[in-house]
Amino acid sequence: MESMQQVVGRARAAFNSGRSRPLEFRIQQLKALERMVNEKEKEILAALKADLDKSGPNAYSHEILGVLRELVLAMENLPSWAAPQPVKKDLLTMRDEAYIRYEPLGVVLIIGAWNYPFILVMQPLVGAIVAGHAVVVKPSEVSENTARLVAELLPQYLDKDLYPVITGGVPETTELLTQRFDHILYTGNSAVGRIVMAAAAKHLTPVTLELGGKSPCYIDKDCDLAVACRRITWGKYMNCGQTCIAPDYILCDPSIQSKVVENIKATLQEFYGEDVKSSPDYERIVNKRHFKRVKSLLEGQKIALGGETDEASCFIAPTILTDVSPESKVMEEEIFGPVLPIVTVKSVEEAIEFINLREKPLALYVFSNNKQLIRRVISETSSGGMTANDVIMHSVVADLPFGGVGHSGMGAYHGRHSFETFSHRRACLIKDLRWEVVNKLRYPPGNMEVLHL
Amino acid sequence: MESMQQVVGRARAAFNSGRSRPLEFRIQQLKALERMVNEKEKEILAALKADLHKDGPNAYSHEIMGLLGELALAMEKLQSWAAPQHVKKNLLTMRDEAYIRYEPLGVVLIIGAWNYPFILVMQPLVGAIAAGNAVVVKPSEVSENTARLVAELLPQYLDKELYPVVTGGVPETTELLTQRFDHILYTGNTAVGKIVMAAAAKHLTPVTLELGGKSPCYIDKDCDLAVACRRITWGKYMNCGQTCIAPDYILCDPSIQSKVVENIKATLQEFYGEDVKSSPDYERIVNKRHFKRVKSLLEGQKIALGGETDEASCFIAPTILTDVSPESKVMEEEIFGPVLPIVTVKSVEEAIEFINHREKPLALYVFSNNKQLIKRVISETSSGGVTGNDVIMHFFLSTLPFGGVGHSGMGAYHGRHSFETFSHRRACLIKDLKMESTNKMRYPPGSQKKV
Repeated sequence: MESMQQVVGRARAAFNSGRSRPLEFRIQQLKALERMVNEKEKEILAALKADLDKSGPNAYSHEILGVLRELVLAMENLPSWAAPQPVKKDLLTMRDEAYIRYEPLGVVLIIGAWNYPFILVMQPLVGAIVAGHAVVVKPSEVSENTARLVAELLPQYLDKDLYPVITGGVPETTELLTQRFDHILYTGNSAVGRIVMAAAAKHLTPVTLELGGKSPCYIDKDCDLAVACRRITWGKYMNCGQTCIAPDYILCDPSIQSKVVENIKATLQEFYGEDVKSSPDYERIVNKRHFKRVKSLLEGQKIALGGETDEASCFIAPTILTDVSPESKVMEEEIFGPVLPIVTVKSVEEAIEFINLREKPLALYVFSNNKQLIRRVISETSSGGMTANDVIMHSVVADLPFGGVGHSGMGAYHGRHSFETFSHRRACLIKDLRWEVVNKLRYPPGNMEVLHL
Repeated sequence: MESMQQVVGRARAAFNSGRSRPLEFRIQQLKALERMVNEKEKEILAALKADLHKDGPNAYSHEIMGLLGELALAMEKLQSWAAPQHVKKNLLTMRDEAYIRYEPLGVVLIIGAWNYPFILVMQPLVGAIAAGNAVVVKPSEVSENTARLVAELLPQYLDKELYPVVTGGVPETTELLTQRFDHILYTGNTAVGKIVMAAAAKHLTPVTLELGGKSPCYIDKDCDLAVACRRITWGKYMNCGQTCIAPDYILCDPSIQSKVVENIKATLQEFYGEDVKSSPDYERIVNKRHFKRVKSLLEGQKIALGGETDEASCFIAPTILTDVSPESKVMEEEIFGPVLPIVTVKSVEEAIEFINHREKPLALYVFSNNKQLIKRVISETSSGGVTGNDVIMHFFLSTLPFGGVGHSGMGAYHGRHSFETFSHRRACLIKDLKMESTNKMRYPPGSQKKV
């Protein structure tokens, strides 16, 4: 069994050989990845089913489609992304070449999460490869089937030294974090995010932290409730609520609370049928530990819908809690489960105040026909990203950066933003040795009058 | 005496009041800063003289001129920098608004350094104000006159609660770092950079670290040595070598080593006259500790030029060391003084290998008539920034980001890059509630047909 030091050392030596830099090589690796995703689709879907009870269609659209799109985008755009960016010059530099050069950093570490275990290592990996790095991939051990598959597949398709996969749990990750990397992208929770950043500080390694939070969802009285609730239902209960940008809780006027419940209930029937437990489209909580955690959030709450659980299969029914108190446990940390609390507020001001009293979330949602109100909510709050009149969707617009702020994270990626995150933007100014006479002003002996001109 | 917690708390409350957000307010504060720099020019120059023996012209061109340029740029461009950036949409979002919104982060901490003590707090401050934040300013205590002046002046011109100045040394800075900020920009050395980042990690605060390193300077045989050496002399000995992007050491072929020494010697005469100690343009080492540190680097070295020192005045003459061994002390850490080692290399390959064996520097310099060679050096090395055929100058082009990589730092600022560093780029997608039928494909129940 190789040590972390040896694996990382080999990746670094491979990077230092220079072979990951030529654009042709990067595209070749990306093509191989694309082939892997297409050829091994069955195996990937099987692993996702085993880990999260994800159905074929869900797994394909949530995890595989996104990776394929990212690959196509990267291969198409690499030449333009990687091209030096000339910058506007000033009087002093008129005759010079001035540009920003995008350079690989070296060895990147990607630590994945268990909720979308395939795409959350693959999408960053695409970005790191396209930016010319060696990449150490550490999938989450909680989604063990996907981790095992990734560890098997990557060496079959990609350069074995440049892109090693490391598996294991907390002890292995802790040891991995003592090694030196040139960038670390971590997806997960705030507590571990701090640990990752502290470890990175020892080596002065820059980090991108994709964390979480409680993403609020404000529903205005003036809006098409049926449509709003259908969209919310989709984003909330997909992957059994285990989505970092799921609408965590709802804020709305007390007068529409029961209508919201009714509409979600109707939509749930449309989506999952009479018996949600037997719907192939409804996932399960990833393991017993999280099952217990989410279940405990129901204690003492008014359950307007759902609430059924089955520990043996880690099943928790789509659940709505009404008249939830802001001080209750379910309003403390990110739920990451199919439990939707509704907290009533009398006005959009109250909603904004409520949101601002809490840590900045990864996503924020507001539903209203009134564009002014939407703009107001945006300008008076902060969040990683936001979608108005829908949920989740800002994360699939390729040119929008995906990342958090405050406790929900730092840095961003997706598409071009991945390339930039994983690159060093080197300022380059190329002058020539002529025209020395124009430099006279800057040389001693000094002259105050001249400078004030 | 107020506690750190109270000062930072007040800045946060002031930020939460929302008053630093409107563009008009930010421009008004920047105008006030501009007024301050112009009205108090004498006092600022006097402080810089007291701290670093910097004379008027040097202090003005290194610390004030650049700052005035940055202020003018920020005021001119703020409207366009702060405007939402619309992005390309896809089939799914054709009817929607998709843009990136630049938002203030909250309370920014700026920790300055002592070598350019005024501009190294002021330039980041301009960026942080332009981006709409509250800013806690912590000038370096080593340059105590400038620190004291900044602490006096800022509250006279700027909003007192939004932009407090905190002074003090290591204990005060350590306490300050326990407070929660929304971004920290630190300028200084690698060791303290690690401490700052570790403190920031506790609050998940993003950081910009402007650190240092040994910036190499490769001189090709094929180049106009007289011009190259004049430019290198200027950048090396300005501020008595105490510049984060000074050319730290030279790499060149042994056959040109003595010519390099001669040319630098001739330039030094042009610049500082016969008796450099009495030239008003030649600065001093900032304090005794650094004086001793730099002086000790001369031990056992072949001094081709200079070497004179005077502890009482912290004077170290412009010095060149030749045939320096890569293993010697002077080649270990950043010199930050007027000592220029020359390490001979037989080829540009050897120079590149030499550079790549070491930590990535903040700046890299290469002098050659051969543009191909220059591009080769750039593509086979890494550094924060590069200037070809000159030194320092990439720092002054505000459209270029200024920052390090690896141990020389992370993140960047200057001009628009400051604004972006101190902003959160929030992804915004505004849809409407119509056209719900187009969403049908994404909803369960799923079928086996692929999307």
